[in-house]
Amino acid sequence: MRLKSLLPLLIFLGLAAVLWVGLGLKPREVPTVMIGRAVPEFDLPPLDGRTQGLASAALRVPGVKIVNVFASWCVPCRVEHPQLSALKNLPGIALYGINYKDNVADARAFLDGLGDPFAAIGYDRSGRVSIDWGVYGVPETYVVDGDGKIVYRHVGPISDDDLKTKFTPLIERLREGA
Amino acid sequence: MRRLALILAVIFYPLMALAVGVDEARLSDPALEARARELMKELRCLVCQNQSIDESDADLAKDLRHIVRERIVAGDSDAAVRRFLVDRYGDWVLLDPPMNARMMVLWLAPLGLVVVAATTLIVVLRRRRREAAAPLTAEEEKRLQAILNATDEEAKRP
Repeated sequence: MRLKSLLPLLIFLGLAAVLWVGLGLKPREVPTVMIGRAVPEFDLPPLDGRTQGLASAALRVPGVKIVNVFASWCVPCRVEHPQLSALKNLPGIALYGINYKDNVADARAFLDGLGDPFAAIGYDRSGRVSIDWGVYGVPETYVVDGDGKIVYRHVGPISDDDLKTKFTPLIERLREGA
Repeated sequence: MRRLALILAVIFYPLMALAVGVDEARLSDPALEARARELMKELRCLVCQNQSIDESDADLAKDLRHIVRERIVAGDSDAAVRRFLVDRYGDWVLLDPPMNARMMVLWLAPLGLVVVAATTLIVVLRRRRREAAAPLTAEEEKRLQAILNATDEEAKRP
């Protein structure tokens, strides 16, 4: 009898919990299938005027690598720029960029204006390499472990909060494991 | 008149989107092109999400159409083209994804809810009928009579 009188409350709490979780979901975010996979094979040329492009070999060396897909025409890429600079300064991190379907002059103006946080940038003019990564918008950020496996993907700009709650703990865990 | 033209333009504007997918370099072999177009209708645009890449005007959809044509020219079967994209974007990229355990949950959950609701309804209705049909005990009968007599007395009082 006691349980029965509590039933409506229990149903309400259950429903509230389900809806609460639902509020935090991102239905527009395409789930990635790349987690746990080796980075795709690619060899991208540098942006004109630079010497170093980006190839998959650079992502297979030991250590934590972060690959940020960006473009100068992408507003959220500007928004996340301070966070990328902070990521670059974490110890033992190599931050790489894939420049997605950009105009070379615009890309260089973007990097000259805001600062270039990347150790090297691959110029993905056609966007084909990004498609091999499963990229469907910019910015997207991938974390690659010491074995050259993709361990995390972040869609959209990296906020300060993302940096603290997602990237930093993950990177620390990877470094301890390595 | 101009207003009418404007209204018509607004109404028919979405139809112009149907022309997307034909604006690019089509394959010279009409049979291959037809196969590519059929495949494009099955593939979901990752940007617009409720359109196929055949309908979508998004940049990425254009790139994916290009890939579909390229794979077909390279001699890929329809299944291989699908696999190429599923490999990168998951089942998500298919407008008609294959049945698997997770899909079964989606399809069977409403059925499960109906079964639960129907069972609850039947149990509740049965119980109610049983309770309603139970005759009064001798004790209850006596109390009821007493109450009825009391109200009769009261009614008689001026």
